[in-house]
Amino acid sequence: MKTPFINCVVAIISKDLRAEIRARELVSVMALFALLSILVFSFALELDKGAREEAVSGVLWVTLIFASLLGFNRSMAQEREQGVLDALLLAPVSRAAIFAGKLLGNFIFTLIVGLALLPLMTALYGMDLLDGWIILTTAFGLFGFATIGTLLATMTVQTRAREALLPIAMLPIILPFLLTAVRATKGILGGAPAAEWQAPLGMLAAIALIYLVLCLLLYEYIVEE
Amino acid sequence: MNEAPAIIEAEQLSKAYGDLPVLRGIDFTVRRGEFVALLGANGSGKSTLLRLLSGLSKPTAGAIRIGGWEMPREAMAVRARIGLVAHQPLLYENLTARENLDFFGKLYGIDRNERERRINDLLRSVGLSKRADSRARTFSRGMKQRLSLARASLHQPHVLLLDEPYSGLDQAAIERLDEMLAAASGAGRTIIMSTHQLARIPPVAERALVLARGKIGYDDAILSRDMTEIYRSASA
Repeated sequence: MKTPFINCVVAIISKDLRAEIRARELVSVMALFALLSILVFSFALELDKGAREEAVSGVLWVTLIFASLLGFNRSMAQEREQGVLDALLLAPVSRAAIFAGKLLGNFIFTLIVGLALLPLMTALYGMDLLDGWIILTTAFGLFGFATIGTLLATMTVQTRAREALLPIAMLPIILPFLLTAVRATKGILGGAPAAEWQAPLGMLAAIALIYLVLCLLLYEYIVEE
Repeated sequence: MNEAPAIIEAEQLSKAYGDLPVLRGIDFTVRRGEFVALLGANGSGKSTLLRLLSGLSKPTAGAIRIGGWEMPREAMAVRARIGLVAHQPLLYENLTARENLDFFGKLYGIDRNERERRINDLLRSVGLSKRADSRARTFSRGMKQRLSLARASLHQPHVLLLDEPYSGLDQAAIERLDEMLAAASGAGRTIIMSTHQLARIPPVAERALVLARGKIGYDDAILSRDMTEIYRSASA
């Protein structure tokens, strides 16, 4: 009687993509914020080329985390508006499937912004961010953000102060993950020996996987009253 | 008198939000195919009761069985057999009427051909065929309510729960909703519909259940269309 997990996940992702293509409420806001953010950092660090090169991995990840926060809030607010989250919960589908569908939708949106950011930063900061390992690090990092962000946004979206609560709840939890992403990116960009940045990259993937398993298990308790 | 077997059984059902009790140990049974008007003043616990029956909320104490399945332990089996029309339309504003129904049809595991057939039938029966490809955002309150009823009926549920479905509707939309509820009742669905307006008890409703301060104040057949005295004494 339960709808298969994969069917539910695919239905939610395609619904989110269709709604986004039509309304352009998520990616455009995240992309605009990300663009402004890297421009501001670029101008602020303009006079000091060394500092700019030193800061580029930090700028990338700070921009990505704040852009993602905007997207997660909006994505879950769409489910809350008109009470549609209740309609999802009424369906004979596992809560983990609802979570996985929302998570993958959020991941796709943040990844689009992340991948668009890399060539822009390459042009603005004069460093080659269009490297396969940087792209892989960005993908792992954004997957981790999307996992925790989707879970926490489901909780905070039910409160009045959701715009402020999500960063307050998410940033302390994501901080070790964020620092690992910065370390891996810095190592790759700085041309450090592979052993130096492969460890944080592996840790990034492992933490993202742990986040995923935990969130799949916890989601039911978050959405059930 | 409906002699069909019970489809909904509630025993000593209680619900509290923190220290605030909303339902205080209520017992009732609804038989298959019955149309029950759930009455009560604002804040009497009608919406809470419907949320408990739909599985969206868990009771603080007591038991609910729907179609023999125990809630919330066997909620998955119950969900496939329940449709809910809530205060809010539970629709995606950026999707069209057809896309909304198609999405929920997928969640209920209805296969493609059957889904298309049911969507076309439902859109026709709720009078939205011509607006099937318009976004829900562009719909009036009455149109959203009709689409919401189509969404709740898509998986052909045994039990239909409606929470104040008439609120915000104009006279034409009310008459249309009455017709749709009569059709659903005629098709053998068990219906529980909450309202705080006595004038809005649909003609097909056969039983009234009046909630007052978290208890059942009246539970019997609707003897006449004028329920005012019964409602007053039950709510007192």
